[in-house]
Amino acid sequence: MAQTVAQPTATTPALPAKLPLKAIAPWAVFFGILMLVLLYFVGAEQGATSVFNGTGVHEWVHDARHLLGFPCH
Amino acid sequence: MNSATVRNLLVRGMLAGLAAGALALVVAYLLGEPNVDQAISFEEAHSHEHEMEVVSRSLQSTAGLATGVLVYGVAFGGIAALAYAFALGRVGRFTPRATALLLSGCALVAVYLVPFLKYPANPPSVGNPDTIGKRTTLYFLMMLLSVLLAIAATLLGKRLAPNLGTWWATVIALAAFGVAVGLAYAFLPAINEVPKTFPATLLWRFRLSALAIQASLWGGFGLLFGELAERLLNPKPVTAGGARAVPAAH
Repeated sequence: MAQTVAQPTATTPALPAKLPLKAIAPWAVFFGILMLVLLYFVGAEQGATSVFNGTGVHEWVHDARHLLGFPCH
Repeated sequence: MNSATVRNLLVRGMLAGLAAGALALVVAYLLGEPNVDQAISFEEAHSHEHEMEVVSRSLQSTAGLATGVLVYGVAFGGIAALAYAFALGRVGRFTPRATALLLSGCALVAVYLVPFLKYPANPPSVGNPDTIGKRTTLYFLMMLLSVLLAIAATLLGKRLAPNLGTWWATVIALAAFGVAVGLAYAFLPAINEVPKTFPATLLWRFRLSALAIQASLWGGFGLLFGELAERLLNPKPVTAGGARAVPAAH
């Protein structure tokens, strides 16, 4: 059988190194919270809880809220 | 320079999330909107009170929909990129591209599919406005629980892998996740506020379109972000028979 001999350099994919937690943490805390705030305004603002008065935000993202699976009204 | 790598991943994640959001927006507009319109027609035919229109239907179904879906894409793209920075090299022997697709698939299941199977997406006219507080709490609780259980299952798999091998460790971790999710389904209260005369086919098509939106969002994100991450972490292309560049942290 003309099986090819293993070629480690060609067949072994380069595996990524771990990124240290210290490097991730500041980005994760700041941007993680920012992203969650964005999700809150798309998914829940002026539904069960309100930061702003009125229904403008709710009505503006109304269709997205239904289609993205959030409880709407 | 690891911090710069995290920043680069985050920027790429948000951009990939925006692009995937645009793809999901096309799906939402073409597949989802016709169902929303029909549900609103049903609502108007069966409702006695007429609410004042704050935002017109034509704006809600275009600019409003776009705002919501694109912001959702960017936000989840950013969160997924941060999770990716953590998962990279920690979940198993996967290339950057494979890690991205794996993470994206897990996110689709944990963030959307598992909560959806208990508390599915509802079209307009389904849902009692008086219970919005309870429904919102339960939905976000289910989402949080599902994500935490997915993380716990991953840790369990990692713990079992040295003794049982990767295959059985993965099988057991997935089974444990399934059992835990089943218990959560059994103990969390059910919600059924579908009006008796609401068309079943419309409800089914609406929910299918909601699934299609998420599948295109996370599928598109996994493929695009994986490509961007691969190019960032393994800059040199593979040449036939040649050695591959060592992943450079820059």
